[in-house]
Amino acid sequence: MANPLSDFLRSYLTVGIFVGLSFLLFGLLLLISWALRPNRPQAGKYKTYESGVDPVGTMWSQSQVRYYIFALLFVMFDVEAVFIFPWATRLEAYGYFGLIEMFIFIGVLLLGLVYAWRKGVLKWA
Amino acid sequence: MTQAVLHPILGLELAYWQETIIRVLLGLVALLLLTGGVVYLYLFKFVSFMQSRLGPMEAGPYGSMQLLAEVGKWLQKEDIFTEDSDKFIFGIAPAVVLASTFLMFVVIPAGPNAVVADLGTGIYFVLAMSSLSVIGILMAGWASANKYALMGALRAGGQLIAYELPLILAVVGVVISAGSLNLQDIVAAQSDGAIFGWTGIGNPYILTQIVGFTIFLIAVQAELTQTPFDMPIAESELVAGYQVEYTGIRFLVYFIAEFATAVAFAAVASTLFLGGWQLPGAWGISDGAMNAIGPIMISIKAVLLVGVVFWVRFSLPRFREDQLQKLAWKVLIPLALANIVVTGVMKVVF
Repeated sequence: MANPLSDFLRSYLTVGIFVGLSFLLFGLLLLISWALRPNRPQAGKYKTYESGVDPVGTMWSQSQVRYYIFALLFVMFDVEAVFIFPWATRLEAYGYFGLIEMFIFIGVLLLGLVYAWRKGVLKWA
Repeated sequence: MTQAVLHPILGLELAYWQETIIRVLLGLVALLLLTGGVVYLYLFKFVSFMQSRLGPMEAGPYGSMQLLAEVGKWLQKEDIFTEDSDKFIFGIAPAVVLASTFLMFVVIPAGPNAVVADLGTGIYFVLAMSSLSVIGILMAGWASANKYALMGALRAGGQLIAYELPLILAVVGVVISAGSLNLQDIVAAQSDGAIFGWTGIGNPYILTQIVGFTIFLIAVQAELTQTPFDMPIAESELVAGYQVEYTGIRFLVYFIAEFATAVAFAAVASTLFLGGWQLPGAWGISDGAMNAIGPIMISIKAVLLVGVVFWVRFSLPRFREDQLQKLAWKVLIPLALANIVVTGVMKVVF
């Protein structure tokens, strides 16, 4: 029997169906909840919670820059992981050449971590 | 791959759409049953016994219907959107977290054919999907327009990305050993393996990758934001972090997603390190029988591993935020890289 789709595409179609199902389940829960729950609007109920007092200032405020630095470090290592996975699956075929190549790659990235470490980025003042 | 789940047992030939419905529905049932079971077993009972109390006893025999009562309670809560919040983003953020959790279950195999979708990229897909939840959490924290929520979301973002790296790098050791990203191949590599020529129990990677296994479990603990890594939702500092403005059903979805993710990560860990759906010995059981035994095997392994997560959760106090980052960047990541190097050398030299 000739399949209109290859196995490869079909398995991703199944994934797509599962995505749809997860949103469908969320919608179903919302629907049941909508049918069951009360709705009694009152003034003051919709204020932002701030431990009981009225909220002070704007909520979308500035934050510590250190999270941004962690995000930068993360990008560095995440790209590394993207390159390591294909290498890891074919390591036997590459042999010593692949091994030494990857040592150099990991070494360069470790230098980046050591640099951030020495700069005191990882220490919270 | 397109063989039906039931095909080897019943000899049925099913069309793609029939097969897909069966697979997706079975996957969904397994997901909800396991999550519910884990919540009852560990969150209600295990912790109660650890704290010398009985836990829920009223709803059903030994309180076994407590979870249904809880869901019924949450369904009846009013759905409140605060006036300052970004309503659309606030509303769909739980759906993103839930979808991320659901997609992790898609590729986890529970038998030779009992898998929703047997993707070639297997483990890579699981890791990618698990990291989607960060986006949902940041959406929730930002759209809440609440200081606690924003701080909680930033903490969660910093924590989840910091611990995602040891998680990914710990998996690389297994990928090197098995030589494949496909989870079925990884299971097969473990059951076909040998410990110095002895093939009695195959070669589960917990033996050779014990460092990777430990790093993986610690990182999972942090990814699930369970104590001692629960700063994003630390109730005594941030009230409930990014969840503070959520009520009713949307809050419940975060709750479901948290525990379903715990089950998913435990199932991934048992597939990677404990031999997955295979029995400890290759006893020549047919594929059809393994399709029935496999789901039970992986469920037992996964539930036991979730038990470890909860055991740690209820035993240890919370870390400080800077201690958490220090542990990830200064200990776990260098250790995981060393693990990759050693595994690579062992693979090539021997």
